[in-house]
Amino acid sequence: MSSELRYTANTQLEHLHARYTGTGHADLSKYEWLTHQHRDTLSSIVGHPTLTSYLAIADGEAIGRVKFEMTERMLQPCGPPPKKDDD
Amino acid sequence: MHLYNLTLQTASAMPQAIVGNFSGARQQEIIVSHGTRLELLRPDSQTGKVSTVIATDAFGSIRSLAAFRLTGGTKDYAIVGSDSGRIVILDYDPKTSSFVKLHQETYGKSGARRIVPGQYLATDPKGRAVMVGAMEKAKLVYILNRDAAANLTISSPLEAHKNSAIIHQIVGVDVGFENPMFAALEVDYTESDQDPTGEAFNNAEKMLTYYELDLGLNHVVRKWSEPTDPRANLLVQVPGGQHATSNQFDGPSGVLVCCEDHIIYRHMDSRQHRVPIPRRKHPLEDPGRGLIITSAVMHKMKGAFFFLLQSEDGDLYKVTIEHEEEEVTSLKIKYFDTVPVASSLCILKSGFLFVASEFGNHFLYQFQKLGDDDNEPEFSSTSYPSCGMADPSSPLPRAYFKIRPLENLVIADEMESLDPIIDSKTLNLLPNSDSPQIFAACGRGARSTFRTLRHGLEVEESVSSDLPGIPNAVWTTKRTEDDPYDSYIILSFVNGTLVLSIGETIEEVQDTGFLSAAPTLAVQQIGADALLQVHPQGIRHVLADRRVNEWRVPSGKTIVSATTNKRQVVVALSSAELVYFELDLEGQLNEYQDRKAMGSTVLALSIGEVPEGRQRTPYLAVGCEDQTVRIISLDPETTLETISLQALTSPPSSICIADMLDASINKSQPTMFVNIGLQNGVLLRTVLDPIHGQLTDTRTRFLGTRPVRLVRVQIHKNPAILALSSRSWLNYTHQNLMHFTPLIYDNLDYAWSFSAELSPEGLIGIAGSVLRIFQVPKLGMKLKQDSIPLLYTPRKFITHPTNNYFYLIEGDHRVMGDQDATKKLNELRKQGKPVDEEVVNLPAETFGRPKAAPGTWGSCIRIIDPVEAKTVNIIHLDGNEAAFSLAVVPFAARNGELHLVVGTAANTHVSPRSCSSGFLRTYKFLDDGAGLELMHKTEVDDVPLSLLGFQGRLAAGVGKALRLYDIGKKKLLRKVENKTFTTAIISLATQGSRLIVGDMQESVQFAVYKAPENRLLTFADDTQPRWISAMTMVDYNTIAAGDRFGNVFVNRLDSKISDQVDDDPNGAGILHEKAHLMGAPHKTKLLCHFHVGDLITSIQKVSLVAGGREVLLYTGLHGTIGVLVPFVSKEDVDFISTLEQHMRTEQLSLVGRDHLSWRGYYAPVKAVVDGDLCETYATLPGSKQQSIAAELDRGVGEVLKKLEQLRVTASGF
Repeated sequence: MSSELRYTANTQLEHLHARYTGTGHADLSKYEWLTHQHRDTLSSIVGHPTLTSYLAIADGEAIGRVKFEMTERMLQPCGPPPKKDDD
Repeated sequence: MHLYNLTLQTASAMPQAIVGNFSGARQQEIIVSHGTRLELLRPDSQTGKVSTVIATDAFGSIRSLAAFRLTGGTKDYAIVGSDSGRIVILDYDPKTSSFVKLHQETYGKSGARRIVPGQYLATDPKGRAVMVGAMEKAKLVYILNRDAAANLTISSPLEAHKNSAIIHQIVGVDVGFENPMFAALEVDYTESDQDPTGEAFNNAEKMLTYYELDLGLNHVVRKWSEPTDPRANLLVQVPGGQHATSNQFDGPSGVLVCCEDHIIYRHMDSRQHRVPIPRRKHPLEDPGRGLIITSAVMHKMKGAFFFLLQSEDGDLYKVTIEHEEEEVTSLKIKYFDTVPVASSLCILKSGFLFVASEFGNHFLYQFQKLGDDDNEPEFSSTSYPSCGMADPSSPLPRAYFKIRPLENLVIADEMESLDPIIDSKTLNLLPNSDSPQIFAACGRGARSTFRTLRHGLEVEESVSSDLPGIPNAVWTTKRTEDDPYDSYIILSFVNGTLVLSIGETIEEVQDTGFLSAAPTLAVQQIGADALLQVHPQGIRHVLADRRVNEWRVPSGKTIVSATTNKRQVVVALSSAELVYFELDLEGQLNEYQDRKAMGSTVLALSIGEVPEGRQRTPYLAVGCEDQTVRIISLDPETTLETISLQALTSPPSSICIADMLDASINKSQPTMFVNIGLQNGVLLRTVLDPIHGQLTDTRTRFLGTRPVRLVRVQIHKNPAILALSSRSWLNYTHQNLMHFTPLIYDNLDYAWSFSAELSPEGLIGIAGSVLRIFQVPKLGMKLKQDSIPLLYTPRKFITHPTNNYFYLIEGDHRVMGDQDATKKLNELRKQGKPVDEEVVNLPAETFGRPKAAPGTWGSCIRIIDPVEAKTVNIIHLDGNEAAFSLAVVPFAARNGELHLVVGTAANTHVSPRSCSSGFLRTYKFLDDGAGLELMHKTEVDDVPLSLLGFQGRLAAGVGKALRLYDIGKKKLLRKVENKTFTTAIISLATQGSRLIVGDMQESVQFAVYKAPENRLLTFADDTQPRWISAMTMVDYNTIAAGDRFGNVFVNRLDSKISDQVDDDPNGAGILHEKAHLMGAPHKTKLLCHFHVGDLITSIQKVSLVAGGREVLLYTGLHGTIGVLVPFVSKEDVDFISTLEQHMRTEQLSLVGRDHLSWRGYYAPVKAVVDGDLCETYATLPGSKQQSIAAELDRGVGEVLKKLEQLRVTASGF
């Protein structure tokens, strides 16, 4: 593979990652992966009417409240990111 | 195993509703989504009743709905956002009464994904553009327009994406005819994802962003973005733009940002206004809890507008904006009324408010007034510094109001909804019933109910009066052709006839010209103004001036049977001869010169009604004692010639020819059906070919144990047939399709239509010596519901093996139990704190209970008598305990005496699950089960979510542990434990020494109890992780279960493994076997898998028809009731699955979802045929039906017959 091709392939990959939020890559940290998982799950719950009803019944809240709290939780579902060691 | 999935009752939840002029007529309609179904409702502005126009399966999950109207148009279209990765624009076509897909644009992958749009929809108020948004990042804008031929056009999408932004809400901003604008509520997570200190997260701002669609440049720009309240959750459009003629501003434009505790008016470059959301003044209110708005509706009237916002408690607030031109001067809010918490609110121009409840029945309210001049405190932004925005980060002082019963609204109609079904059991308990009832625990909170569902149509009785003797038939008749209502009721007794006249009262009359000394065989209003009576000795033709022409039977003979219509009379004589009369143009009844000898005694006769604009109906059906039915021509060319003949299995008892519309046979015209009731209780329905007079397409149905009697009646202005046997059935057309449903009513001996001023659409019937007048109000409803109110959300219920009571547990989270609440209130009263008695005593079922802190529970055990439909006893739980499971256990240590064990937990938190202590409460039954006495409480370490009687002991799933308990004097004694389960045991089933364990996340596992070594061992599990929600054993080795994502599946254990485990005497073999795939040593095999689309809450093996096959009946959270029917033969499987394949290609989903991928949402569909899809075959256009039938090497009728047969034999529905 010529260097040029490698270059373009990389930018393409980066472009794809930027386009499809939530796609993993080789250097994904555990925290990032988990955060993605949780965000996917939360948005899936909000997207399925039966699941929001189910949670609302279990928790004694209104469906609107469940949807709101789930969406709020998407901001940081797994707490703050771990501190970086190497700096 | 191969299963056929059939929905008996579709989901009744309404996650969303929109209003618009969808049919283009002046009347407004409502389109509701039932999750996977779209329904068009039409509220009648006169009567205030809501009726269903059409309901269509979408075969996809509907996530959002929006209505829009092109500028200058008169018709609204519906846009559907779903999980199909496509935007769909639907048009309701009133001609064909169906939804037509106008556009379907693909933009992404299918599934409810994070970055694939479909979750949010916002339309430009002028109908020029629509924005469809995802949960994160993606927003697409489509431009809507019309082409030269005035067809709706849609552009290619324009992107308005913002990376790493979580979208809370989008809404169209009303800017009049300037460039369309959309407002979005977004939070960016880039910084909080990078900041380990958590500071960025705490400072994350929620942005209100305006996206402008530049129609000239054809692109979307981010016009404006400003931070707003971090707890904002909802945006509401505020009217704006200038009026076309007067140049006045319709409103200030902008949006209402609904936040926790506050509402902010916001617009680009203009001043903000903020008001608090008034709170209920309740002594038990939790002051730490915020209040949010969960649904909102804006209503524009001439020159004015207002908002109705609903809080999560169900309180409606009226919000008004005062403005000068585009400048808002004040924002005002006041309490309006309290209605059930809605998922959507719709205001109709005719003055109705439609409330699609998030749980329970839906309501239509009528506005009495708009709360304009009442004493309700109003809160205005002008009474706060800087219009409430002096310090946006700190809350405004709290505002309070007093809740009260409805003042501005009155209930106009209520739509029954089973949503949510939390548990159900199917069994036959009611006396005199040959089919089982479904008992369902439904609802949430104080609006919960326990419902008994019976298959059949509801009947409203208006008159029931005793008669002097037992009549054998009843008729009603008008006096002349043009009378709107019936004038006479004619009752025939063994030796006489009684005529009653219908007026202010119903009384006997003599001078009607009818013969009263003989029984009557038929009564008919004939010609323009004459009446006709057929009695055994002759026919009396009573003219308008009371002159009577009588035709007498030849001596030695009598009339045995007769049939009439407006112009024709046929009688059968005891000599097995037919005599035919026809009315001539002068109104004279003329006998046809020949008599037809039948050769066998005639038992039944029938002719249809005279078709519009014709002289006569051409066919007569004659049922003879020799077990045949003959079709005889009445055509002048071939009068009384036999055309065709059908052999029967039993002598006929009644025949009825009726022209009824059945769109599966003929879309445009009614089909002529010959219904033949047999003496053995079977009904045959055949189609009479109008041209050749041949009988084709025979369908049979068993109605009951008595000979069938058939009566042609009018129901809701359409012809229908009442079939009377040991049950009464009604055969009618509803939404163009034929239905056959029993009436839930006493057995009738005879019946007829009845039309009077007070009951224009009634029926009259006789049951023994009682005359009854009744109506069938709701067609199309196949299940009649009777409900008992409950206190809290039902959780589970069980039956008792010997008595007929149900034991039900109820529990509500974040709610203080009624007893605790009273205690607390008394404390407050003692302390001298003010307690508003009026507010405290308001009924909880309308106003709900005050929300309490998480970990607070209200719970009780209820004993229900399902036959009497009443509560026998309630046992309240104290100490903040909530019940989660229960079982009736025959403890072997007490000689099999039955005990009720209830699993409870104190101070339970739901997520993550925790409790201060779990308990197993053991009760003794008192008074034959009508009461309970607490024997002892056994403390356990986790929430006991499932209990089961097992070999004279109690099997309990306590959190992750499965344990066996035996009864002791002071408590239950733990005997053995297995702690290998992953999450929590939520379901248990048993046969022999085998225990089936349903785990909350890890599917179903097989365990065995080995008594000699006292070992409880799991030996088989599933290869897939499944979040089990309901489970049942189909047989010793097979289980059927449903999961939280809407799948049902069947797993089977290899019989060899089963035998091997059973033969192992002490479980040593299993204990030393190697774990396979990090689980149990053996795996079950998946036999069937199907995605229902509703969360399965119960599943049960039951037979729905007396003597019928056993089916799997499941209920779904949203109110679905369905069955899985095992196929009996390989041919059926091949035939139906090929039909399904064809239907998949023909029937494209309303939301554009691929059917196969919808039914295989989480795992590929396996060995289950979608009956709902197959049944839409009936609604396909004739040519399509033909071509599919040809591919299957069958006729259209055969395919339809097969489908009906599958439904009827399995469910009786």
